[in-house]
Amino acid sequence: MADQAMKSLGSVLARQGILVAFILFMVSFTLWNPRFIDIDNVFGVIRSSAILGIMALGVTFVVIGGNLDLSVGSMLSFSAIVVLDLHENPAFGPALAIPAMFAMTLCLGAINGFLIGYLRLNSLIVTLGMLSAIHGLTLTYSGGQNMDIANQNETWFDVFGRGEALGIPVPVLIFLLLAAFLGIVLAKTPFGRKVYAVGGNGTAATFSGIPRARVVFMTYLISAFCVATAGLIQASRTMGAQNTVGQGMELEVLAAVILGGASLLGGSGTIFKTVIGVLILGFIQNGLLLAGLEFYVQFVVTWIIIILAVWLDIATKRGKLWSPIA
Amino acid sequence: MQNETLKRLIKNGAIWAFIVIQLVFFEVAGRWWSLSDSAFMDLDNMLLLLKQSAPIGIIAIGMTVVMINGNIDLSVGATYALAGIVMLDSMNWPFMEAMGDAAIPLAWLFALFTGAILGLINGVIVWKTGVDAFIVTLGAMLGYRGLVFMYNGENPTYHLNWTMVDFAEADILGLQTPALVFIAVVLIVWLMMTRTVHGRNAYAIGDNREAAVNAGIRVGPHIVVNFVLIGFLAALSAVAFYSGSGSVNPNDGMLFELWAITAVVLGGTKLAGGRGSIIGTLGGVIAIQLLRKGLGHIGADTETVNLVIGTILIAVLFLDRQLNRKGAEELKV
Amino acid sequence: MTDHTPALRLEGIVKTFPGVRALDGVSFSVLPGEVHALMGENGAGKSTLMKVLGGIYQPDAGKIFIEERETEMRGPLEAKANGVMFIHQELSLAEELSVAENIYLGELPRKSFGRVDWATLYSRTDAILEKLKVGFNARTLVGDLSIANQQMVEIARALTVDAKAVIFDEPTASLTDAEKVVLFDVIEGLKAQGVGIIYISHRMEEIFKMTDRISVLRDGEYRGTLNTAETNEDEITQMMIGRSLDISRNVEQVELGPVALRVENLSCGHLFEDATFEVREGEVLGFYGLVGAGRTEIAETLFGLRKPTSGQIYLKGEAVKITSPIDAIAKGISLVPESRKEQGLVLGMNCRDNMTLPQVGDLTAGPFVSDGAEISIYDQYRDRLSIKSPSWKTAVGNLSGGNQQKIVIGKWLSMQPEVLIVDEPTRGIDVGSKSEIHNLLRGLAKQGYAVIVISSEMPEVLHVSDRIVAMYHGRIMREFCATEVTEDSLIQAISGIEGTAA
Repeated sequence: MADQAMKSLGSVLARQGILVAFILFMVSFTLWNPRFIDIDNVFGVIRSSAILGIMALGVTFVVIGGNLDLSVGSMLSFSAIVVLDLHENPAFGPALAIPAMFAMTLCLGAINGFLIGYLRLNSLIVTLGMLSAIHGLTLTYSGGQNMDIANQNETWFDVFGRGEALGIPVPVLIFLLLAAFLGIVLAKTPFGRKVYAVGGNGTAATFSGIPRARVVFMTYLISAFCVATAGLIQASRTMGAQNTVGQGMELEVLAAVILGGASLLGGSGTIFKTVIGVLILGFIQNGLLLAGLEFYVQFVVTWIIIILAVWLDIATKRGKLWSPIA
Repeated sequence: MQNETLKRLIKNGAIWAFIVIQLVFFEVAGRWWSLSDSAFMDLDNMLLLLKQSAPIGIIAIGMTVVMINGNIDLSVGATYALAGIVMLDSMNWPFMEAMGDAAIPLAWLFALFTGAILGLINGVIVWKTGVDAFIVTLGAMLGYRGLVFMYNGENPTYHLNWTMVDFAEADILGLQTPALVFIAVVLIVWLMMTRTVHGRNAYAIGDNREAAVNAGIRVGPHIVVNFVLIGFLAALSAVAFYSGSGSVNPNDGMLFELWAITAVVLGGTKLAGGRGSIIGTLGGVIAIQLLRKGLGHIGADTETVNLVIGTILIAVLFLDRQLNRKGAEELKV
Repeated sequence: MTDHTPALRLEGIVKTFPGVRALDGVSFSVLPGEVHALMGENGAGKSTLMKVLGGIYQPDAGKIFIEERETEMRGPLEAKANGVMFIHQELSLAEELSVAENIYLGELPRKSFGRVDWATLYSRTDAILEKLKVGFNARTLVGDLSIANQQMVEIARALTVDAKAVIFDEPTASLTDAEKVVLFDVIEGLKAQGVGIIYISHRMEEIFKMTDRISVLRDGEYRGTLNTAETNEDEITQMMIGRSLDISRNVEQVELGPVALRVENLSCGHLFEDATFEVREGEVLGFYGLVGAGRTEIAETLFGLRKPTSGQIYLKGEAVKITSPIDAIAKGISLVPESRKEQGLVLGMNCRDNMTLPQVGDLTAGPFVSDGAEISIYDQYRDRLSIKSPSWKTAVGNLSGGNQQKIVIGKWLSMQPEVLIVDEPTRGIDVGSKSEIHNLLRGLAKQGYAVIVISSEMPEVLHVSDRIVAMYHGRIMREFCATEVTEDSLIQAISGIEGTAA
């Protein structure tokens, strides 16, 4: 009996290990400094994680579908620059700038999706190429200049990044709503099921009459949509942007998704777990700051946590701690 | 059989053909359309090109080895920065300052040692935990960058030593030190991959890991050696570059891993491992640098270089797949 | 055949897997300079036995002797060190390396500084290649070689050590006739050197041409060894299928409906050519042949996974083009694929989700997947197929092979197909589930389904089919009525023995 109990505890730990780790982390930090779970502090953390988090939601779809998206960082720069530029363009204004930016960003996602879904090219290299190409596109578009909104007091554009609704910061609201929506899409709709099937075993999915190419294509559109949303918040928050605002974020986003427990082989992961992954990164950073450490200590902590998390996951699956490689 | 050999020739020659086309194009475009008043295929220009491609080039050579072996290393940019910081900062240590110029080689050693250790850490983790190298080095990319910041906060680290600068700018036959280091690395690693047992085993492991294991090749130690090598080369790249510049920013080296991978893939190395060549990567590195310079030469916006390289990378992938298609009998999955 | 101590002797080898006794006390010996055939149907235990010999599996009981010295094979390296070499059906080569490097993989000769001693490597390799009389040299890249020549590289590898026994696993499967001649010469050469050879093949013609003795396995049991010169194809066939004379056959008389599917002169490149057959409602059509005969490829073409190069498919008399699995499903064709794990199931997904996968888009309540509809389908087919799983939430990867296969069958039955194609319905599953699945297939025919069963196991085709199509090398050789066909004629038809083509 006790054996049975240990076993099931073990399997819960294996499946929900990251959640358990998160709770332990939160509790111990709160005991040490009660300010940690102060509501303002919590909102502050979620708010600063919102942009990364929203991007991670889209990348979760791509990764569960069995692919990678390394282009989200430069796509973020692109969308922020474009929306700011169009905002300043009298022919557009904020009301038209936003849908136009979304359309353009979705086009980039469609290119990714076409090349990877329909042409079956390797997603790592395609999105690496797109990382570079979109960066070039952004620089060409902006002429290498940073973008700023000239009359910051005369626009409602700052609402996405700086506004509050129902006492909740708008970026947090968008992040949570989008997470809920995409979480339901992934967990409850036929499309979500197909994403898991395609990532879990693409051949078996094809043999089951699932349009693999279209499903992969859609995951990249979702990823691009999330990036566009994140770009809007980024631009709105700072009311200006550098060409390189998203540089390097692709790998941080991926780290959050992996930390949440999605396998790079595809077919596993959930939106909820990704949100946990994002929050862990956010709260670690916050906790370390409250402890008086510099923000960059979090990088080192993240490194150790990612490797431990994936290692334990693999080790429980193979039943051995160390790899059998000779 | 003939057909296969021909395909191989086309694949291996493609990057050099591309370089020649670039040379001709930029020369012709510059001269005949009067977009530039100077010649493009100018000796000084080409020598400079080699020097400019050295920092990423040296790293790309290491990346080739790791990728042939069937792994990848995303942490090289951070390793590069950390090695640079160690080198410059160590020159400020009291006992090193007391040594005067004699401290220079010691500083280099410290840097190279740092790089090798960082590579060793990655390699051992990949070997012993069995976690995919992509994830291990993705984590290390963040972790090593964290170490970079912890070293000196967000401030640049500098130390200007004129002897070191002179050394970095010394030249033989017009080739400055970074270019010479790059060429030496290409030669040595090329010899390693084509002539030594370790190099050949690295190919075998990347090509067919099961066959290698069955043949009694110890996969783990080979993986570790290659990670140590790429860490060492990232540090060597830092030594070659920062000896001259004398100042490291904590953000230096970001995206180097992606540029290096781009050069390696352009040079024909297979992502899954087992195929690739050092000379091909040299071609990939030169092609990228040539594009960068060439677009500047004809007065095009240098910013478009990213756009062009990204497009070419995807096009290469597409063509490669078309070459490998099996035709009508293929299963549609 | 020189007669002294056996090169290799097995004594009472037992190997069990959960639910299956794969090897049950297998004993036989191979003499030096002898070519010893190992025969048996798919699933008889040949490949398990080879894995035991190669050190990949550890036997539960029994002993292996090399030249009468008891030897434990704890891994591939140990097998090699003991002089047991394998020529695998699936080649184990690094394609980007040269022939010489592949032959001496793991043992490249060294000079100072870890350099490869190319001179020694090439001269040793050339010496071996010389013996094999092949048309390539030590420096050729393996990826540039034809499959036959790649096989020669594997054979050359066997020659680098002082081999006591060399095992050829279906060596002629992908060879042309000319290439076979070369291979047989090589085997003769090895034989002359006093190497003991185990030769695994289904092709009777080769067995009788090449071998000295024949050992037969059936259902994991050793059935005996015969001198090739003193036996004939009939006797071997009987040993292989055992129940030969009292084999259970399908003798039910079923009311046949109209033609559900007709195929005329269908070809796909060289994979299969000119296939013509039909299947009626209420009928099971068996496809029998060796692996690689083109059976699976026909099924894949019917399911829209391959584009036919010529020919025509008719469903209920209407000419149709099937462009994709989605299209095939819409037209009422279902395929239970050959490889359960690679093609049939998403192993990490739970039982229910796997079963409803092809129709998940239709099982909706509003925009969401309807849990109730899914569970009711799952429950229905779980009961009908008596699937044993702790819960629908269990990941399919944790079930036994038999239950996994039932999930795949349930998945396709729940689509209510007009034509159900089942490729290798019982590969790698235990005896109990096997007969359940056989009864199920018969039952489906009785309910009026048109069923196509592809199988490499003769008892299976005989047991479930009304008619049997025999294939060899991409061609349909003959069509038999299941109640009248003899085992001999079936074996001969799928072995390409002359004079049997229809």
